Amino acid sequence: MTLDSKIPSGPIQDKWDKHKFEMKLINPANKRKYKVIVVGTGLAGASAAASLAELGYVVEAFTYNDSPRRAHSIAAQGGINAAKNYPNDGDSIWRLFYDTVKGGDFRSREANVYRLAQVSNNIIDQCVAQGVPFAREYGGLLDNRSFGGAQVSRTFYARGQTGQQLLLGAYSALSRAIGKKQVTMHIRKELKDLVIIDGRVRGIVTRDLVSGKIESYWADAVILATGGYGNVFFLSTNAQACNVTATYRAYKKGAFFANPCYTQIHPTCIPVSGEHQSKLTLMSESLRNDGRIWVPKNQGDKRKPNDIPENERDYYLERKYPSFGNLSPRDISSRSAKEVCDEGRGVGSTGYGVYLDFADAINRLGKHVIEERYGNLFEMYERITGEDPYMTPMRIYPASHYTMGGLWVDYNLMSTIPGLHVLGEANFSDHGANRLGASALMQGLADGYFVIPYTIGNYFGSNKFDKITIEHEEFKKAEAEVAEKTNTLLSINGKKTPTMFHRELGKIMWEYCGMARNEAGLKKALELVPALREEFWQNLTVTGEGNDLNVSLEKAGRVADFLEFAEVMLWDALERNESCGAHFREEHQYPDGEAKRDDEHFTHVAAWEFQGVGKKPIRNIEPLEFENVKLAVRSYK
Amino acid sequence: MKLTLYIWRQKNAADKGHMEKYQLNDVMEDMSFLEMLDVLNEDLILKGKEPVAFDHDCREGICGACSLTINGVPHGPEKATTTCQLHMRKFKDGDSIYIEPFRAKAFPVIKDLVVDRSAFDRIMQAGGFIGVSTGNAPDAHSVPVSKKNADLAMDAAACIGCGACVAACPNAAAMLFVAAKVSQFALLPQGQPERKKRVLSMVSQMQKEGFGACTNFYECEAVCPKQVSVRFIAKMNRDYLCSRVTEAVEV
Repeated sequence: MTLDSKIPSGPIQDKWDKHKFEMKLINPANKRKYKVIVVGTGLAGASAAASLAELGYVVEAFTYNDSPRRAHSIAAQGGINAAKNYPNDGDSIWRLFYDTVKGGDFRSREANVYRLAQVSNNIIDQCVAQGVPFAREYGGLLDNRSFGGAQVSRTFYARGQTGQQLLLGAYSALSRAIGKKQVTMHIRKELKDLVIIDGRVRGIVTRDLVSGKIESYWADAVILATGGYGNVFFLSTNAQACNVTATYRAYKKGAFFANPCYTQIHPTCIPVSGEHQSKLTLMSESLRNDGRIWVPKNQGDKRKPNDIPENERDYYLERKYPSFGNLSPRDISSRSAKEVCDEGRGVGSTGYGVYLDFADAINRLGKHVIEERYGNLFEMYERITGEDPYMTPMRIYPASHYTMGGLWVDYNLMSTIPGLHVLGEANFSDHGANRLGASALMQGLADGYFVIPYTIGNYFGSNKFDKITIEHEEFKKAEAEVAEKTNTLLSINGKKTPTMFHRELGKIMWEYCGMARNEAGLKKALELVPALREEFWQNLTVTGEGNDLNVSLEKAGRVADFLEFAEVMLWDALERNESCGAHFREEHQYPDGEAKRDDEHFTHVAAWEFQGVGKKPIRNIEPLEFENVKLAVRSYK
Repeated sequence: MKLTLYIWRQKNAADKGHMEKYQLNDVMEDMSFLEMLDVLNEDLILKGKEPVAFDHDCREGICGACSLTINGVPHGPEKATTTCQLHMRKFKDGDSIYIEPFRAKAFPVIKDLVVDRSAFDRIMQAGGFIGVSTGNAPDAHSVPVSKKNADLAMDAAACIGCGACVAACPNAAAMLFVAAKVSQFALLPQGQPERKKRVLSMVSQMQKEGFGACTNFYECEAVCPKQVSVRFIAKMNRDYLCSRVTEAVEV
């Protein structure tokens, strides 16, 4: 099946304006007759819920956290891009568009990316008006900095807490709407299933995480803004609760899952210190400007780093990529670190780490300069590892960080299930095979503030809606299924905890579907994952009861979905028989290790269609057309 | 290292609750405090017992979900550090550790170490925002903000809403939390139109939720993982007083 992305006709600069004019409107008095459910209250969800409520729609928002302010958007450090061109350095909407398409290795949809660049400026205006304390110059105007993949300074930031401040901005808008009773906020409730009636999404079934009650909510449209699936690797920079359940449930109900193999690995994270590790912490990539990356030349060299003489160190990035050295692109740096560790030359107690050494920079520039540049990062590193990076080299290792793949959506951000809209990291739309820094915040807020308020009206205006209630048999059926599954999880009485299964799954995915993939490995993982899933349903143990706050039950439900979803990801990685962006197939690379695309066969989106658990899903295609940006080898040399 | 843990267990809001003793034998100093509890929980599950419930999410000190009063101190012994960023190397072999929830009348216990902090959300809903609907914003550069005020606003905005300030305060006051938000907006030109109404409504809601008043113990600042300064409380008090006498609003 070939998917229709509903991209408006006309020149790319005019598409969105034209579409806005052509879309149906709902008159102000009628908006209150439509109800929207928003699941997830991160940047995309909170901004959508607030904006739709302001327009007059009836909105019910859901989060599994204890407050909408906890969503993991809060952890983004670096900044948010916009094409304001305040620094007068040649930026434009067109350049932001071009950089994002190129950064995505020509695997994103041009029209969506152009719209993203267009509304990027409105986002900054909106956030400033909300009181987001962006960094400013002495003249009182906003400061910008540069970020990876761009030659202009277009990144707005609020210290190292940009995600936090933007989320709190969206949260304050949401709070205002809740206070005015325009939004009904449901906290500590987790989506367990979607309800489809007459071919359209009409509601959700949730589990109250405190009382265990399984409840139904109806609506005329449902928005999923439930984030990415990076925790499929068990260890990632994601928050503990981040999971694939909402998007995977939608997939099982007929929404296509697009490009699940596009997962971004960040090269500079604090490495794993032992089996107990629960998450990985990102350290800003800017450290690579002054740090030198190395490992011992000899395998199993357990000496302290400062005891290893210069001639027994291998500065492998400088050696292999002399022109870029320690600033080689994210994917190359990540893969090289894995290589040297696989050779047995990794450092730290686990052997999965490489040194990032500031000794030369400190000698050259003085400690105070390094302190000024990276003081807060050094402090954070010391808090976590107990080591002083001024005295001993940092240890870093790559970690799963962001997922570009997600539910397939058309230009209106609607999935293949009518009425089901997907925003932010949960959809697949704008980043192609690789996301550039400071673009995730931009996309989440673009979707929520400036796209969905228009497109959802068009959906309402183009369809007629029968009145339904949660007494409808489809709701009762879904509730019964959720209850049954909960009971099953509680009654297996096996010998392994949900976390043990999650950790095992993570190891398989990291090994065979992580930084570098190959056919044999992916095929092997396609045997290992179903076997693990089978064991899960035989040997899981969950204590406690269903009608109570039960943390191991919550975890078990999420792991169960990861165990099914992992297979879709593996199929996608196997069938995308090329390298592109973050998807690196070892069979397809240039001699210098760069990803080698196969534009002839793979200039398309792969959108997977559910066929049953354990059955190979159908791979549908949306061809990608590049009319404005010429397909080229992505080179940063 | 070996540790003896005394952990607050409480089945639900109605239960009286009690301290329970646990022994852990293989705690590594590289573990975070919450990873230490993960180890305990895995062990409990394998023994067929219910794990200890506690709130947590990002585990990098920014979401504000993690709480825990550790040996009597919210977020434990390390300065400017959330529980999730506290590591076991701050403890020594043979230590006894007492772990309790954040305690305050306005933060009722839900289960074990999980408390209900939705009072904070309700204070925010009462006025913790600038009333600008999507699409209404003028160009970001139309109103300059002095760097000093922008930086101060950021200092206040760094609050993660964890509630440690309340748990540490002998009066269970939420003054630091409320003052941080009030001050962030009061320092910015965008926050001026609603400035008086905001402080009056937020303080009024704070009182309705059952939080106490500030009597200058400064325990809040001492435990604040983001080092929000008590000076913002003074600033809010001044704002509140001025608004009370000049703004004729029913609160």
